[in-house]
Amino acid sequence: MQISSRQLDKTTIFDVSGDIDLANSPAIRKALLKEVRDNRTPRVVMNLSKVRYIDSSGVASLVEGLKASRDVGSRFILFGLSTSAREVLQLSRLLKIFEVYDNEEQALAGQQTI
Amino acid sequence: MKFLHPVRRSKDRERNGNSSRGLLLKLELPSDPSLLCAVRGAVERLTEVVGFTAPDCRAVTRAVDEALTNIIRHSYKGRPDQPIEMLFRSVHQQSNGKPSEGLEILMSDRGPSIERAKLCMRELEEVKPGGLGLHFIKQSMDVVEFRRANGANRLRLVKYVRAAKQDGTK
Repeated sequence: MQISSRQLDKTTIFDVSGDIDLANSPAIRKALLKEVRDNRTPRVVMNLSKVRYIDSSGVASLVEGLKASRDVGSRFILFGLSTSAREVLQLSRLLKIFEVYDNEEQALAGQQTI
Repeated sequence: MKFLHPVRRSKDRERNGNSSRGLLLKLELPSDPSLLCAVRGAVERLTEVVGFTAPDCRAVTRAVDEALTNIIRHSYKGRPDQPIEMLFRSVHQQSNGKPSEGLEILMSDRGPSIERAKLCMRELEEVKPGGLGLHFIKQSMDVVEFRRANGANRLRLVKYVRAAKQDGTK
């Protein structure tokens, strides 16, 4: 799994590729919480278009990012969910809790589709 | 001379420990999280060979991955050097007079005995991190059985192949 970030106005976009599982979900969690809590970035976007698989620990990291963003009043957005990623969010009844978009353009424009 | 009923004969083979019957794959690995992706790859290919639909291939892969994660995190407390054994066997059942094939997965670890209370799933209505692994396992598999035997935790997962609908949908 690889994770990198880029800045756009008041937005940080995390580009993640590979599988998110127990081996690397702590790194996702750490990066998210640092950006949301420490840097207080107003909008944090997760590009998951190159994430083929995400397990429950990865979902937990996303939930922590979401809760942290709510605590500080920022936005936390996901886009580019694979079939597998969408399935695990549906199974955990979290798909409608997150702000989810199909692609980066929609995510940055704020036009939500589920 | 003793005549054994065919069914009883197969049960005798089971009692005699003929665990190779129906064996498709055997994995022995340390509890290293970096190996989870390798196991997922093997399981995904195996489920395709068995004939599961694409969604069920993902479901079985997810269940196995989550079960392994639970062993690593909870049985072995994150230690990466402890033994895990996995057996994948073909199984058959008769349901409503129709035979069906399935995949049985037997996982065992040498961690301490698991408290039954910790095997309960949490409510999903509450939005919080953690506690989802067991949900994914039970939602994905037809049979989920846990027991303790001979100093090992043993998890048995079974999923039966469902025929795809005529129109190609699940």
